[in-house]
Amino acid sequence: MAFLSYLINGLSLGSVYAIIALGYTMVYGIAKMLNFAHGDIMMVGAYVAFFALNSFGLPVIPSVLLAMLACTVLGVVIERLAYRPLRQAPSLAVLITAIGVSYFLQNGAQLLWSSSTKVFPSVVPAGSVQLFGGQLSISYLTIVTILICIAVMICLTLFINRTRTGKAMRACAEDKGAAVLMGINVDRIISITFAIGSGIAAIAAVLLCSTYPSLSPTLGSMPGIKAFTAAVFGGIGSIPGAFLGGLLLGVIEILSKAYISTQLSDAIVFAVLIIVLLIKPTGLLGRKISEKV
Amino acid sequence: MKKIKSFFRALFDRKVRSRTISFLIVILGYIVVEILLKSGNLSSMFQSLLVPVTCYMVAALGLNLNVGVSGELNLGQAGFMSLGAFMGVCVSGALAPVVSNTLLRLLLAIVCGALIASVFGFLIGVPVLKLQGDYLAIVTLAFGEIIKSLINNLYIGFDANGFQFSFVENKLKLAPGGKALINGPMGATGTQRIATFTVGIILVLAALIVIYNIMYSRSGRAIQACRDNRIAAESVGIHVANTKMLAFVISAALAGAAGALYGLNYSTLVPAKFDFNLSILILVYVVLGGLGNMTGTIISTIILVLLPELLRGLQDYRMLIYAIVLILMMILSNNAKVREFAESMKQKLTSRKREEAANE
Amino acid sequence: MSENRTPVLDVQGLGIDFGGLTAVNEFSLQVFNEEIVGLIGPNGAGKTTVFNMLTKVYKPSRGTITFCGKNTEKMSVVEMNKQGIARTFQNIRLFSNLTVLDNVRIGMHNKISYSNFDAVFRLPKFYEQEEKVEKEAVELLKIFGLEDKKDITAGNLPYGAQRRLEIARAMATEPKLLLLDEPAAGMNPQETEELMDMIRFVRDHFRIAVLLIEHDMKLVMGICERITVLNYGMMLAEGTPEEIQANPQVIKAYLGE
Repeated sequence: MAFLSYLINGLSLGSVYAIIALGYTMVYGIAKMLNFAHGDIMMVGAYVAFFALNSFGLPVIPSVLLAMLACTVLGVVIERLAYRPLRQAPSLAVLITAIGVSYFLQNGAQLLWSSSTKVFPSVVPAGSVQLFGGQLSISYLTIVTILICIAVMICLTLFINRTRTGKAMRACAEDKGAAVLMGINVDRIISITFAIGSGIAAIAAVLLCSTYPSLSPTLGSMPGIKAFTAAVFGGIGSIPGAFLGGLLLGVIEILSKAYISTQLSDAIVFAVLIIVLLIKPTGLLGRKISEKV
Repeated sequence: MKKIKSFFRALFDRKVRSRTISFLIVILGYIVVEILLKSGNLSSMFQSLLVPVTCYMVAALGLNLNVGVSGELNLGQAGFMSLGAFMGVCVSGALAPVVSNTLLRLLLAIVCGALIASVFGFLIGVPVLKLQGDYLAIVTLAFGEIIKSLINNLYIGFDANGFQFSFVENKLKLAPGGKALINGPMGATGTQRIATFTVGIILVLAALIVIYNIMYSRSGRAIQACRDNRIAAESVGIHVANTKMLAFVISAALAGAAGALYGLNYSTLVPAKFDFNLSILILVYVVLGGLGNMTGTIISTIILVLLPELLRGLQDYRMLIYAIVLILMMILSNNAKVREFAESMKQKLTSRKREEAANE
Repeated sequence: MSENRTPVLDVQGLGIDFGGLTAVNEFSLQVFNEEIVGLIGPNGAGKTTVFNMLTKVYKPSRGTITFCGKNTEKMSVVEMNKQGIARTFQNIRLFSNLTVLDNVRIGMHNKISYSNFDAVFRLPKFYEQEEKVEKEAVELLKIFGLEDKKDITAGNLPYGAQRRLEIARAMATEPKLLLLDEPAAGMNPQETEELMDMIRFVRDHFRIAVLLIEHDMKLVMGICERITVLNYGMMLAEGTPEEIQANPQVIKAYLGE
């Protein structure tokens, strides 16, 4: 029974990673860049939600929507100002710029909101569902987190597969040159990708902060790295891959914390990643890329 | 004798002008700093940066061989520095009763630091170098995090009976007079600070010699060939995995040496110091200085270490400005118009030089 | 003419499948020393795939490749080159950030024996060998008319010169068999003319065999002594240029019904 409880907690943490990883993987798939500032965009979302809930006393749903709006705008602005001028630049230059943006957001947040930790109020009422005569208790927050992750995943899949914009996104991911020739405005598609990826990061932010309620400007870095790992784990560029990678990463983390060692859980997570990549060099659901000779 | 002459002749080989320039910059920098030190014109804050700047330089030069010359993105350089640092601290701590000469002890620590980092570099390289591009990058990141996490849980003590190790929990039972060298998350404490700026500069020069002399040789050409076109390199009989490994191991060894020097510059050192952010910091030096450009790495390291200090007057805004400078530099250096301008300036300069040569 | 000699390259029943698709099947070919052999066929016939199997970029699913009397089954790309097969690529693969001279010197990689230790400490052995290699590389560049361009970055060369540099680099490995994948692609008639002379000169000067893929029929018919035609991964015909030109099946494959 304890195992089941750990498993569910792992799925809950994994859901948060999965939502952040979705943003990573979408941006990578379409703009072919590692947006290292993604975790920090999420951090900004957490602060916006915090102030909406605490200072303005808004209800939960409008607060989350406001955070999503803020992140969406932020993502689009960052892409427009910092990444778009580097569309033709080598990928390392873009990577360093993303790191610059990450520094900027962290230090900006520190200036605006100070580096002292704030306590984030949970957006889900406390309490839990008791199963098996009280042997297994699952908190409402855990359930909500997992459900929201599934909902985000379904919406995103439908959007990508069913809408015109989604089709255009897939075309851009496949071949940007050909997409331009088909009359697709690639710049616009990349903007939309950043908008969606950043917007859902705000959802992850609220869920993460409800579970781990301490709010600080460096809040985004570790979940950012973990989500990046999750995206690679599942095969970067693949949306189901990010979902699967996120969930697995969360489960592995919680289980190794419970059964092996709390201190070594990060090492174990990364070791599993390395093993997976050695067996499957492009991640679990990544496509094999072979160079034509 | 002939061999020694051959070595020194090489240092001022006209064909490798960039090597001579980097040497001169480092030596000139050393002289300027020494003059400032002697005349008492260097604030204690700048003095405290002297050794770290040489450490970052050596680690960045190594990384440039890996990222710039070999073309493989490595996000785990801090991990190798960490290995070198804690190895160096242990070696120095253990040898303290035996070797009283601090300079000799420091050099031994640096050699051991380089050694352990290169051994780990090799072990990590075997599986990692099979991967390509961003996948390789994430695996180096993962290894960096694993090394950090392992050292965070490592306890090493030294007493009359030799070394004692313990993992996760501190189970060291040291005899009286024994000393805990590494204390898990607390890291190394009570380290004797034996690192000096002069040794740092010598290490930078040694790194430059190794890198340039490898770059302009059979192996260096092979490394660049594998970067430019893997398939073509194989087709002319170059073993790609071995070649990439050479660059990776040299890079790791230099990071280890730099780490040892770094570790012996502080009396306390926590494993968390060598995290992902440090790897990134070193990568920024490399990219900003120019991939494959060692002189550029030296200059950008100096500028970027000094920049936050120079901006100290702006207090809270300094890191924000640092971030903006970083972004702007990247955008400007990749802007087509700025590039054109730089190219035309370069051409003007070289054509003027040619004219002068013709007039002579 | 050459029946009583042993071939440099002897390929028997070579085939490869990609997934369920058979790209090349039952391909056999013999190339004798100092011979120029052409491999032609419509687009997608599997010509480059044959080259990729001969150099072990792809591992053949069936058949044997015997090179200079040795079975090459377990050999890698690197080992095939060491045995004496060098090639050029259809979509030029130069070390484009390096100089023309360096491209050729990289071709001489396995001729150099000094260690990294010799290199780091710049011992006399390093200088001796480097001087020798540079001299040989310049000699080779002279043959391909690239001597005056030796310090130019390879990526900045004009197209024709890039193709010639690729041949020079392949020759730097001192092969016994040179594989040329569409050497005249993108060249104008005059350049093609010069290329033909160059290929003949290389064959006579270095006394090696040449196997080439080419669409330019003037070049193929002009310099090849024997021609093999490939269509849909199968061998369609084999013979002298005259025989091939007169073969009705070949004409049908090229011109359609």
